[in-house]
Amino acid sequence: MKKILPLIFTALAVIFAGCAKEHHEAVIVAGSTSVQPYAEVLAEAFAHIRPDILVDIQGGGSSAGIMAVDTSVADIGMSSRLLKDSEKWMWHVEFARDGLAIILHPDNPVENFTIEQLRGIYAAEITNWKDLGGKDARIHVITREEGSGTRAAFEELVMDGKFITPRAIVQASNGAVRQLVSNDKNSIGFISLGLVDRTVKAASLGGVAASRENITDESYSLYRPFLFITNGAPEGDAKIFIDFALSPEGQRILSLEGLVEGMNP
Amino acid sequence: MSKYVFFILALSSISALALITIFIISRGAPIIGEVGFFDFVFGMTWAPGRGEYGIFPMIVGSVTVTLGAAALGVPIGICCSIFMTEFAPAALRNFFRPAIQLLAGIPSVVYGFWGLIFIVPLIREYLGGPGLSILAGAVILAIMILPTVISITEVSILALPPEYKAGAMALGLNHWQAIKTVLLPAAKSGIVAAVILGIGRAIGETMAVIMVLGNAVALPQSILDPVRTLTTNIGIEMGYASGTQSQALFATGIVLFAVIMLLNAAAQFITRKK
Repeated sequence: MKKILPLIFTALAVIFAGCAKEHHEAVIVAGSTSVQPYAEVLAEAFAHIRPDILVDIQGGGSSAGIMAVDTSVADIGMSSRLLKDSEKWMWHVEFARDGLAIILHPDNPVENFTIEQLRGIYAAEITNWKDLGGKDARIHVITREEGSGTRAAFEELVMDGKFITPRAIVQASNGAVRQLVSNDKNSIGFISLGLVDRTVKAASLGGVAASRENITDESYSLYRPFLFITNGAPEGDAKIFIDFALSPEGQRILSLEGLVEGMNP
Repeated sequence: MSKYVFFILALSSISALALITIFIISRGAPIIGEVGFFDFVFGMTWAPGRGEYGIFPMIVGSVTVTLGAAALGVPIGICCSIFMTEFAPAALRNFFRPAIQLLAGIPSVVYGFWGLIFIVPLIREYLGGPGLSILAGAVILAIMILPTVISITEVSILALPPEYKAGAMALGLNHWQAIKTVLLPAAKSGIVAAVILGIGRAIGETMAVIMVLGNAVALPQSILDPVRTLTTNIGIEMGYASGTQSQALFATGIVLFAVIMLLNAAAQFITRKK
């Protein structure tokens, strides 16, 4: 066995060396797990157009992605938060925005929340719909599981340091949350804006409707920027991939996935 | 020669068990050490984002849902096996037995989906609350443990010597009295084993209950409240878990593993005592 192992490794090394010669070196994209699924969809479409360029998408989180770009471990970083002042020196582009919709049963008379009311509901300080102008019934709060990017976004945009009540019902996907809300008149949940359909209604926030236009002009505040980050202006294969993401075709794909186009000054 | 082939093949099933056990323990034990066994098992707050790993609400969830399932499923299961062994004509028995086996063959995700579409709205409509609740989970699990309870109880009643019943009836007892005072007590150890194995089945079930329990990590105040069990904790959070959160999920697995081992050992001990 001891004699075989080095042989196998040598063989593998030769095979991989052979592969590497055929293609360019892979573009390594790392960072936010919220951005990851969308980047994978982009990479899949990109592979049809430029099969010679390998794009390798990895998770790790926004901060890890930014760090990986800083230390040149990754070519492109993905972030689902704005850059901090100390990170602003890096080249970055907002290639999309991910909206968060607060969803209710279509028969629920409540249509609008302030962000404080929303926080109160999820912190279990407001527990009855009548306090919000609805009928006298307990609010069934639905949230996502720990570790979910959508939950992280909600905590960051709405909760302001408060904790989501442990009594909240937990579902493991946007689809499951929507399914529950569409069946329960007294429930409230949050999902990606792109996944809102006719079975539920999206509540307004401070009188502003949850729509793509209101996210673009920033009057609706529940959204996150999706950034690509590079160490210095992008070049080579990394630039080709980022250009693809920003191209009409790339933007069309992202919009089909439910994202809103990004805004860059 | 063939002896060794069979030995090696037999060994492979044991080594799968050993590998899984070692893997779960090696992944989960460090976080239990870090958090402290007491704080892990009796901690009230589960918030991996804040580094809090207490699984007590889930232990309560597992226990309440399982007891609820046993309370609903065991009487029905035992009565069903008494009917099949003592009262049913052969034709009916030959219909019942495969039908119950079929119940065991339905995938758990189908049970869960049926529960979500049928049981949960019923509870929400007529009993209140969000519908996703201990009660919904208990009803689904009660149905799922029926095949286990029924087949083992049936076998243990059938295994009794025919003289027991003949003797009891010769002493002037009627059929039901003979069942109640002679057959059931004689088959007791088999029935208890059936119940324990049924409970083991219920406590280990994941997919069906993840859809109907609501998965809230708080102590329930009524059977209409949502809860999370040990199994569903792993099922619902494994998607994005990394680092210590994933270790904590393996640690949840250790606790579950220990509970199920204890239950199986109890079942074996009770049947062997006979």
